[in-house]
Amino acid sequence: MERMQQIVGRARAAFKSGRTRPLEFRIQQLKALERMVQEKEKEILAALKADLNKSGPDAYSHELLGVLRELVQAVEKLPSWAAPQHVKKDLLTLRDEAYIHYEPLGVVLVIGAWNYPFLLVMQPLIGAITAGNAVVVKPSEVSENTARLVAELLPQYLDKDLYAVVTGGAPETTELLTQRFDHILYTGSSKVGRIVMAAAAKHLTPVTLEMGGKSPCYIDKDCDLAVACRRITWGKYMNCGQTCIAPDYILCDPSIQGKVVENIKATLKEFYGEDVKSSPDYGRIINQRHFKRILGLLEGQKIALGGETDEASCFIAPTILMDVSPESKVMEEEIFGPVLPIVTVKSVEEAIEFINLREKPLALYVFSNKKQLIKRVIAETSSGGMTANDVLMHAVVPGLPFGGVGHSGMGAYIGWYSFETFSHRRSCLIKDLKWEVVNKLRYPPGSMEMMHL
Amino acid sequence: NPYAGLVSHLRASWLSGKTRPMEYRRAQLEALGRFLDDKKQEILEATELDMGKPSFEAFFSEILLCKNELNVTLNNLCHWMKDEHVDKNLVMQLDSAFIRKEPYGVVLIIAPWNYPIHLFLVPLIGAIAAGNCAIIKPSEISKNTERLIAETLSCYLDTDCFAVVTGGVPETTRLLENKFDYIFFTGSPRVGQIVMTAAAKHLTPVTLELGGKNPCYVSDTCDVNNVARRVAWGRFYNAGQTCIAPDYLLCTIEMQEKLMPALREAINEFFGPNPRESPDFGRIVSDKQFRRLRALLSSGRVALGGQTDEAERYIAPTVLADVQPSDPAMQEEIFGPILPIVVIANMDEAIDFINARPRPLALYAFSCDSKIVNQVLERTSSGGFCGNDTLMHVTLTSLPFGGIGNSGLGKYHGKFTFDTFTHHRGCLHRNMGLEALNAPRYPPYTQQKLGLLTSAFEVKRRGTCTLL
Repeated sequence: MERMQQIVGRARAAFKSGRTRPLEFRIQQLKALERMVQEKEKEILAALKADLNKSGPDAYSHELLGVLRELVQAVEKLPSWAAPQHVKKDLLTLRDEAYIHYEPLGVVLVIGAWNYPFLLVMQPLIGAITAGNAVVVKPSEVSENTARLVAELLPQYLDKDLYAVVTGGAPETTELLTQRFDHILYTGSSKVGRIVMAAAAKHLTPVTLEMGGKSPCYIDKDCDLAVACRRITWGKYMNCGQTCIAPDYILCDPSIQGKVVENIKATLKEFYGEDVKSSPDYGRIINQRHFKRILGLLEGQKIALGGETDEASCFIAPTILMDVSPESKVMEEEIFGPVLPIVTVKSVEEAIEFINLREKPLALYVFSNKKQLIKRVIAETSSGGMTANDVLMHAVVPGLPFGGVGHSGMGAYIGWYSFETFSHRRSCLIKDLKWEVVNKLRYPPGSMEMMHL
Repeated sequence: NPYAGLVSHLRASWLSGKTRPMEYRRAQLEALGRFLDDKKQEILEATELDMGKPSFEAFFSEILLCKNELNVTLNNLCHWMKDEHVDKNLVMQLDSAFIRKEPYGVVLIIAPWNYPIHLFLVPLIGAIAAGNCAIIKPSEISKNTERLIAETLSCYLDTDCFAVVTGGVPETTRLLENKFDYIFFTGSPRVGQIVMTAAAKHLTPVTLELGGKNPCYVSDTCDVNNVARRVAWGRFYNAGQTCIAPDYLLCTIEMQEKLMPALREAINEFFGPNPRESPDFGRIVSDKQFRRLRALLSSGRVALGGQTDEAERYIAPTVLADVQPSDPAMQEEIFGPILPIVVIANMDEAIDFINARPRPLALYAFSCDSKIVNQVLERTSSGGFCGNDTLMHVTLTSLPFGGIGNSGLGKYHGKFTFDTFTHHRGCLHRNMGLEALNAPRYPPYTQQKLGLLTSAFEVKRRGTCTLL
C-alpha cells in the first residue's frame, strides 16, 4: 500500500512541479519513446513472441507500427492541439476574450491488456504524455514478458518520477485503484471495468473504459463472397482470435453457409499453409486458463472446420462452427479465440433484430454490395465502431474515435481523441475592468422593462 | 423495483425508433419552448415560493438562458446531427469514413433545487436533440417547482418518451437501480459519488456537475468600485445559492480595507439600505440550509450585513473580514449570501492557497494588469475561469461548462450538451473491390509486405518541428 502511495505521490509531486506544461518537454519525452521503440525493437518483438507467439512482421505491423504512428502524429500536432481555441462570442462578450484552454488533468492511470500488450499501454501513455499529464502504467501481468520489458525500458527513456510502471496482478491493481488519479483508462473485460469504475467513483475520477463484447458480422447473399471471406478470415484469426474488435460470430442466410465455410477454408490455406500449427504466422492462446475456456465453448457444436487442439502449446486450430444455436454457450460470451460460429438468419431484418437483442458490441461488420442495406444496418443498430465490407479497419482511420458504447465501453481515444480525453477543456472568459455601463443592465434593482433590452 | 415498468416503457419507445427523426426532435424542442412561454408566470411564482427567487433573476436564468439554449439547438440541430466525414489515408481514398451521431437510449437527468427549471431543462434540450428518451428527476427541495414540472411537462412532451419522477432520497435510490444509458447529475460531490457508484454497476457513462469553493482573487491594482459591484452581483445572486458564485475572496489587507466601503456601496445600490425589503434579494431554500449558513457567520468578523430572520429564512448580504482558513466558512462550499475575505500577502500566496485545495468549479481573478490575470489562470486549475467578472463565462453557449476533480466530470451547454448525450460512432464503409491493395496485410507475413504496409499506413514527419 505504501509503495503504491509513494509511486503515485511522486508522480503527483513531479506533475505539480510544472515541468510537463511546456510543450518542448512533452515533445522531448515523446521523441525519447520513439527512440525506445526503434532502439529496442528486437527486445520488444522477442517479448511479444514469448507472450503470444507473434512473429516479427506480425508484431511489428500490429503493435509497433501503430505506436510509431501515434508518436509521429502527437509530436507533429501537439502545438495545434494545445493552442487555446477561441470561440464565438455574443453581444455581451464582444469586447472580451473567450476561449477554451487545454490543460493536463494531473496523474493518469493506464491499465493495459494482454492481447496487444505493447500497443495497449503505449497508445494511452502517448496520449497522456502529449496532454501534459504524469502517468502510472499498469501492464497486464498475463503477458508477463512484455510487462517486465515495459517496466525495464520506460525508466531508461522517460522521466522516472513522472512516468512510473507498476507491475502485478489483481491484488496490486486493487491496491493501486485505492489511490486518487485524475483519469483512468482501462482496457479489458466488462466485469473488471465495473470494478474500475466503482473504484474511480470514490474519488470522482473520470474513466475511459475500453471493453468488449460479441462483434457481429453479417454477410449478405449479395456480395463478393470470396473477398468478404478473405477479409473476415484475416480479422478473425489474427492474433489467434484474441482481438477486441475481431468479428466474433457470423450471421448469414442458410443458403450461403456452406460457401462461407469453403471460402474461409481456402483462405486459411493461403494464409497459413497446409499445416497451420507449423506456420510462424499463426499465434497461440495466451495461457491454459483461456485455452480451457475456449475449448469448453466447442462442446456440443457442429464443427465444420478445425477443432484440433494441443494443450501443451495452447494451440487451437482455426475453427468454424455451423448452425449454431443462439442459446448455446459459444453465443453467450465474447469468444476471444479462433472459433467462428455461424448463426443462420433468413433476412437482414432478422439479423438486425438478433443484434439489437444483445448488448451493444465494440465493433460491427456488414458485407454487402447493396449500399442501401449497409446504410440500414448502420442506422438500425449501435456499436462502438463499425466497418462495412471489411473488418478491423475503422480502428486505423486517424480521424475516427476508438471506443465502445454500453457494455463495450465509454469514452474514446487514439490521436486527437486521446489528447481530448486526457485534457481538461477549461472555459476562459477574460473581461475588462472598464465598460461597467454595460454591466449595469444586469444589476439590481431590476425591472422587467430592463429585461427586454 | 418500482420504476422498472416506467423505464421499460421508455425503453420500448426508444427501441421503436420514434425519437430518431429530426422532425420529431424539433417538435419536442419547440414544445419545450412553448412550455417556457406558457408557464412563465407559474415558473416565476413557484421559484419565488421555493427560495424567494427575485422575478428579475428567475426570468434571466430560468427563462431567457433556457430559450437561448433552445434557439442555439434548433438553429444548429440539422448540422449537429449530420455524419462528420474525416480525413483518410492513402489506402482508403475510395472509402467513406465518418462519425455517426447516435443517441444512447434512455437517459436520466437529476436536477438540483437552486435553478430548478434551468438545471433540468438545459440538459434535457441536449438529450432530446441527440435523440434520446429521458426521465427527469427534479429536486424535492424546491417543491413548488417540482410540482409544476410534474404536473405540466407531460402536457408538452411525448409521455411515451419523456417522464418526470418525483420524490426524495429513497425514490432516487430506487430509480438508480435501473439501467440507464446515460446519467446526468447536478448536485453535491457527496451525492455525485453515490450516483457514479450506482452507474458503475450498469457501466453507464455519467456527467457530474458538482461544486466546491470558488476562489476570487483581487489584486492590488484594480478599479475597486467595479470589482465590488461584479463580485457582489455574483455572490448575492439567488441569495448566494449558485454553484459558480465566488465563494471567498483572497486579497491583501490593504485591498480588504479598500473593498469594504465599495462592497457596502454596491450592496446598497443593488438592494437598498434594507435588503430584506428589496424584491431583488432572495431567501434561503430551507430551514436546514438556513441553520447551516447561520452557523458559518461565526467566522472572522462580520464587516457588512450579518442580520438573519429564521421565519423568513432571510440572511442579509454579508461580508466577513479577516477569515482564517480554519474558520467554519472555509470548511465547506458556502452556498449562501456570505462572502468571507481571507487575507494573503501577495499573488503567489493566493495561488498557493488555491492550489492547496480541491479544484473548484469556477475561479475568478480581478486585476487591471492582464499579466496578473494570466498568471492566476496559468498557475491554477478549475472547471472554468473568468477574469475581471463573475458568473458570465457560463452564459456563452460556445464555452463548455463543467468541473474538474471534485467539482465534476463532463461538460455541457450549446453543442456540448448535444455531444454529451451522443455516442460518436466511428464508421468506415469500404469498397469490395481493389482487393489487391489489401494483399500486403495478409499472411504469410514477410519483410517485403511489411515495408509496403509501413509506407501505406505511416504518418510521415513533415519536417523539423519549429518549436525546437
